[in-house]
Amino acid sequence: MSDRAPRRRRTPLPYALLLPAVAALALALGYPLVRQVVLSFQDFGLAQQFGQPPTWIGVDNYRDLITDPYLWRVTLRSLAFCLVNAAVTMAIGVGLALLMRHMAKGVRVLVQTGLLLAWAMPVVASLTVWQWLFDTQYGVINYLLTELGFDFVGHPWLLRPLSFFFVATVIVVWMSVPFVAFTVYAALTQVSEDMVEAAEIDGAGALQRLRHVVLPAIRPVLLVVGLLQVIWDLRVFTQIFILQQAGGSTRDTNLLGTYIYRLGIGGGEFGMAAAVAIFMLALTVILTAPYVRAMLKQERESL
Amino acid sequence: MARAPRRSLRITANVLGVIAFLIAIFPVYWMVNSSFLARNEIRNPVPTWVPFGGDLDNYRTVFATDQFVNALKMSLMVTVLTIAVALAFAFVAAVAVSRFRFRGRMSFIITLLVIQMIPVEGLFISQYKMLETMDLLNTVIGLSLVYVSLVLPFTIWTLRGFVAGVPYELEEAAMMDGCSRTQAFFRITFPLLAPGLVATGVFGFIQAWNEFTLALVVMTREDQRTLPLWLSTFTDVNRGTDWGGIMAGSTLIAIPVVVFFLIVQGRMVGGLTSGAVKG
Repeated sequence: MSDRAPRRRRTPLPYALLLPAVAALALALGYPLVRQVVLSFQDFGLAQQFGQPPTWIGVDNYRDLITDPYLWRVTLRSLAFCLVNAAVTMAIGVGLALLMRHMAKGVRVLVQTGLLLAWAMPVVASLTVWQWLFDTQYGVINYLLTELGFDFVGHPWLLRPLSFFFVATVIVVWMSVPFVAFTVYAALTQVSEDMVEAAEIDGAGALQRLRHVVLPAIRPVLLVVGLLQVIWDLRVFTQIFILQQAGGSTRDTNLLGTYIYRLGIGGGEFGMAAAVAIFMLALTVILTAPYVRAMLKQERESL
Repeated sequence: MARAPRRSLRITANVLGVIAFLIAIFPVYWMVNSSFLARNEIRNPVPTWVPFGGDLDNYRTVFATDQFVNALKMSLMVTVLTIAVALAFAFVAAVAVSRFRFRGRMSFIITLLVIQMIPVEGLFISQYKMLETMDLLNTVIGLSLVYVSLVLPFTIWTLRGFVAGVPYELEEAAMMDGCSRTQAFFRITFPLLAPGLVATGVFGFIQAWNEFTLALVVMTREDQRTLPLWLSTFTDVNRGTDWGGIMAGSTLIAIPVVVFFLIVQGRMVGGLTSGAVKG
């Protein structure tokens, strides 16, 4: 559609119009990217921070990192956290979207209102509320579980890594489900009723209709939304960082983002931190490639 | 044959729907509820479910501290500056992309998509170093600079859709009637774009207002904190946390965001699936 637009005549005008945006992005993202690559090949620690010139050390940072079992542990932890969160979010989000079609109208409006509010909550505010809900001494969750007959009096949720990540998962899923549910529900409303009915007349049961008619129709949306969840959940920072401040061992709960922060801003090891960041960027590019391809395909089709 | 399972399906859907509603809404409700409770009600093993005896003391406490007022000012300055610059830059870029065909157009669009996928953690180390060199750490301008780069790609992407949504034929018609191309654009297309600009601006506001990670990196000094930073430090100092005050603070931060979000949400859903932004 946009390409129906005019002007094939050569004119510098579009370039002039792009200039401010390109300049801003080049300054705030492009230059740091270059600088980061440089930094990752340098020995840049606290001494350099206090004025000593950095020394070139080639791939030493990368070699140190690749041979450091801790980096691999953090990477695997990040990937596992990302995949579990994305999977749980997708399962609940898609499930809700499918169920929404069968709810009474009042209930559906109720669900949508709740999801919209959860979606709108600022990340940091949600985090403080969830911390309060999971509070060791006066948290409602411990109270309710104890009332239900389990002994959760004074249970410290953030102390052990596994329990820490459980809490983080609850929070991340709570915040992410609305986007998935709304997007998938919007896609479902586009699925032709006639096709579903035709399948029903042909004797297809509810599950068969779901598998052979409904899900294939919304497959592209499911793919893009799922991919976005993976990308977003790989880079959780705020949730982990704030929960770490509230308790729990930093070393046992670091994911890639918080690791880079603690290494660089926290520990002054800028060269090493830059190398981990480059590693994370590479990981993101690998995960993002299919998303960009899907979006471009959509873009071309809409032209 | 299909009747019986249909009914049970509907009942299951309704029951699960109510449960989903409760889980989604409970933290929001609990935040507001706790913000009205007195200290002895908060520090009680048995929770108070409805704030009957509640008052505004927690809110008074929040407003009484300099830190909150400071952080509020900081957040407002950074947010306003970010949006003003991002909207202006994005608007002209969106016009270029959707009203012209030129060499490099497609690469620009691809770059926008790729940039949106870059995690802030992937670059904040060198952004920190850069701002340090430029002497812009702990400044409104420094933080706004990185925020502009954060919201710009999505803003261009969304505005592009709005610009393309105004048919070029309208401009052509105006030009036939004697307007210059620039006049046609500003008299015909621009007014039609106003709602799109507002929606996109509000969305940028929400992002900048909520942002935590870059603020943490750039604003290292206590007196230069934005609201999310202020809120996060509220909880970590000691274990005798003032939950009533924190919930009042959280509610205050959340209110503008929730209101704005509800206003623009419908408009932006399409943009979200094609744009990709998350806090």
